[in-house]
Amino acid sequence: MSSSVAEHPAASDDFSIVGKSVKELRALGDHRHLSLNDAEWAAVQAHFKLLKREPSLAEIETIAQTWSEHCKHKIFTSPIRYTEGRKTRTIKNLFQETIVAATEALQKPWCLSVFEDNAGVISFGKKWALAFKAETHNPPSALEPYGGAATGVGGVVRDILGCGLGAKPVLNTDVFCFGRPDYKGFLPEGAHHPVRTLRGVVAGVRDYGNRMGIPTAGGGIWFDDDYRLNPLVFCGTVGLLPQWAVKKEVKPGDLIVAAGGRTGRDGLHGATFSSAVLGADAPSSAVQIGHAIIEKRVLDALLRARDRRLYRSVTDCGAGGFSSAVGELAARCGARVRLEAAPLKVSDLESWEIWLSESQERMVLAVPAKNLKALEAVFAAEGCETAVIGEFTRTGRLEVLHHANAVVDLDMKFLHKGLPRIEREAVWNAPSATKPSGGADKKLSQALKEAVGHLNVCSREWVIRQYDHEVQGGTVIKPLQGVRHDGPGDACVIWPHTATGDMDDFSGFSVAHGLNPEYGRFDPYWMALACVDEALRNLTCVGADPSRAALLDNFCWASPEDPKQLGALVRAAEGCRDAAKGFAAPFISGKDSLYNQSKDEKGRELPIPGTLLISAIATIPDTRKALTMDFKGPGNALYLIGRTNDEMGGSLYHRLLGRAGGEVPKVCPVTALDGFKSLHAAILKGLVLSAHDLSDGGLAVAATEMGFSGEFGCLVDLDEMPRDPRIYSNETLLFSESPSRILIEIKPEDEGSFLRHFGKAAKAAAVRRIGQTTANPIFKVVGLDGSTILEESLRELKEGWQKTLPAMLA
Amino acid sequence: MNHPKVLVLRAAGVNCELETAGAFAAVGGKPELVHISELRGGKKRLMDYAVLAIPGGFSYGDDVGAGKVLANQIRHTLTDLRQFVRLGRPVIGICNGFQALVKSGILPHSNACDQTASFTVNDSGRFEARWTHLRLNIQSSCLFFKGLPEMIELPVAHGEGKLVLKSPRHLEDLKKNKSIALQYVTEDGKLLGYPHNPNGSIFNIAGLTNPEGNVLGLMPHPERFVAVQQHPNWTRQTYRKQAIGLEMFRNAVIHAR
Repeated sequence: MSSSVAEHPAASDDFSIVGKSVKELRALGDHRHLSLNDAEWAAVQAHFKLLKREPSLAEIETIAQTWSEHCKHKIFTSPIRYTEGRKTRTIKNLFQETIVAATEALQKPWCLSVFEDNAGVISFGKKWALAFKAETHNPPSALEPYGGAATGVGGVVRDILGCGLGAKPVLNTDVFCFGRPDYKGFLPEGAHHPVRTLRGVVAGVRDYGNRMGIPTAGGGIWFDDDYRLNPLVFCGTVGLLPQWAVKKEVKPGDLIVAAGGRTGRDGLHGATFSSAVLGADAPSSAVQIGHAIIEKRVLDALLRARDRRLYRSVTDCGAGGFSSAVGELAARCGARVRLEAAPLKVSDLESWEIWLSESQERMVLAVPAKNLKALEAVFAAEGCETAVIGEFTRTGRLEVLHHANAVVDLDMKFLHKGLPRIEREAVWNAPSATKPSGGADKKLSQALKEAVGHLNVCSREWVIRQYDHEVQGGTVIKPLQGVRHDGPGDACVIWPHTATGDMDDFSGFSVAHGLNPEYGRFDPYWMALACVDEALRNLTCVGADPSRAALLDNFCWASPEDPKQLGALVRAAEGCRDAAKGFAAPFISGKDSLYNQSKDEKGRELPIPGTLLISAIATIPDTRKALTMDFKGPGNALYLIGRTNDEMGGSLYHRLLGRAGGEVPKVCPVTALDGFKSLHAAILKGLVLSAHDLSDGGLAVAATEMGFSGEFGCLVDLDEMPRDPRIYSNETLLFSESPSRILIEIKPEDEGSFLRHFGKAAKAAAVRRIGQTTANPIFKVVGLDGSTILEESLRELKEGWQKTLPAMLA
Repeated sequence: MNHPKVLVLRAAGVNCELETAGAFAAVGGKPELVHISELRGGKKRLMDYAVLAIPGGFSYGDDVGAGKVLANQIRHTLTDLRQFVRLGRPVIGICNGFQALVKSGILPHSNACDQTASFTVNDSGRFEARWTHLRLNIQSSCLFFKGLPEMIELPVAHGEGKLVLKSPRHLEDLKKNKSIALQYVTEDGKLLGYPHNPNGSIFNIAGLTNPEGNVLGLMPHPERFVAVQQHPNWTRQTYRKQAIGLEMFRNAVIHAR
């Protein structure tokens, strides 16, 4: 710093806090949307008291952003006093003790980078690696569905660009939770109707992903009216990068180069705003404005510069803008930034606004001075702006100047380690087991029609068609499958070799999801296991290797200040740990979004149901062995893998009847994984024609979907199902959602080798022939008493399955 | 063996360049990704290449209209494109590339390079990605179609793919000049509406060629069907077709050799 510069931030920008009362500080924080709590204010106050000066506005904003829930995930890393029943224990760091502990215990050599970078990285063949990340953009999508969702996609794509030295995005996934489109109740001021939210979010994802040239080929939608005020938008991206580009480092003396979009007033306070409860007073400037083509230019330029090794490190400007990006890159050394060098959208930005703006499409690079000219040329050739905004230092301080005025001068240690940890209370009371009660039985044919046409089961074609799911030419198993390309696939398979340039390499990967907040209403622990199980069985169904699966966790929860909510969150996190260990599938990255609750039309707090999204990625040694879920021909044998139990709690069937209680499905990871691995080996041997997982609506819905997608019928005998012998109900066998089950189709001549292959498992009756496919497109079921209990036209069932969503959106 | 040089044009927002280049490389071409700024600056020259490919994407965000800005860039930067076409060198414009060829007056052919057609928003009002059945006009002299069967399948993915003509008489001209290269049809070859005709194009037109047959513009994506596994039904036992898209690129490379 030159001697003409003030030693500490100029008095005019002062933001006086020393000597202020708790109440005054709270008011100050609320006014500026800082989301700092009392303990954090006290730590900040103490720090500046020690320095014998007042902080500047930019400093307070920097601290608030760095310490925000969005950036620090402090709930997950702070101590929790957890009471379950009569036992109380202290959890020092929930994240470390559950998610991280499982990954560390598994020690998979193919995990190249976990929890450190912007995404988790696994190896893909000898030379390549896959980076995977999913994050939410919930409050922005609630305020402005189109822009919020579009920048959600843009943000996660930048995470992938800023992972390692930069990865090429090869797949986007999108999972949404919305209120029901037929919601007819009142909505509080400022809340959009679920139809408007859905239309806006789908359009935002579509326009950003399609323009970037990234296939959107995986995802799902869950409808529940408790999401009507707080819709959830999960955006995921997979990127491909060479293994040499996984590691990055910053050296003192490297130049700080900003690249991409210009900085404007859009997106102020996004980080702190996402850490607060959403209400009508939410600041509109918190939502950023996206421009996909600028990001595409950044992508093109960045990867070219990466391959010429022109920079040493890179990260994206996400929440917190430059403050967060430079702060993270310089955490171990120090940085000096000159804000006047940043290209701006408007000239009247204040210092703190430039520093904190979350304007989109910006990356920050660490560039050795000798490479600057070459780097500038690469970016200029793509029409992409760059600017040197400072340099990395070895001072251990974060120094920000604006026209020679110091606006920030903070100790990196205080900034990154000074956050006070507050112990929170968490309570979990296991619900007492209840017998199912309420709701009148329905005729089987009626129940099946309603199950297939249910909002959470029906066709998503209206959404999927709007996404370019085949750009890059690698989508070899598509989201829509079957004769007429409209059946519901379990997962997509990507063969990313237009990007590697080696078209003779047939390896690929698959991505699938698990999500079921309904189970969480019973027990978040079993919800977590069910989600991991669902994601892994989906992967197995398309031919991916279940023993090479890695997981992402995304928790969306209501306020953790409510001990019951936090208790449920602990329960879900412990479920994640046990699932990861049991399935030997490590977590590699994740995120959480808390405080998802708002005041409803009557002024009561409406929390979302505790929601966990598990995203799983697994490699596929040979994509030419991949599978789809549609029946392939008549006269083939149908085998069911996995045991059916009487666990109808939270099932779609119970919701259709309006029935409460019952047992929530319970997963045995070891047995499940055995089944998945054996099935995978059978698929590699070419013994399986089609496979589809049993989830919402159980066997009835799975068989129906396989039938109408392949345009063949089937005959199923419920008495042949591997099951708990105490089940005497046809309804339970048809609609139970017991996890880990997969329905598969096998040529009659392959049955012998298939059974030999399954060996012991087949003998233990966990794998049984339950029927066969037929030429006539009819779904026929023989009940436990040997009589035909169901005979339905698959054509009509398909019509019902297809019309639900378009009819509600019309 | 001679490997003809293929210029695969890049510009901001073009996003199908890698798979297009990959298709040419797979059939013996020597593709080179060239940014339009390199042509503008004179670093690269169009006439040094044997084949030109304008890939799909959202050039310049499709602001103003799909492919419109790129079309103007082509008019002003690729000034030797007409000469390139006249020499009989193969030119293919796919999706956004087709839109740019139409809006720069290269297709449909007119002596003055006037624009006589354009594109508008799909009848469905939305961007849509789906596989379509197509009938190739085997009476056209389009060099890309040599040896191909009359009925093929390729995917489309666009929001502004509805071809419109300046006046009805232009349709008669197109028919007379055998400039209609391919049409959207049903599986059994009938000209029907949505979803068979995914965008509502006049006369179900999916692509155009010039009377000489060395320029092809089409909305469907042949570069997305260069391996059997890219077809949506390859996992079905009844599926025995070859990857037809690849043959179009092979024809261009063979012609240029």
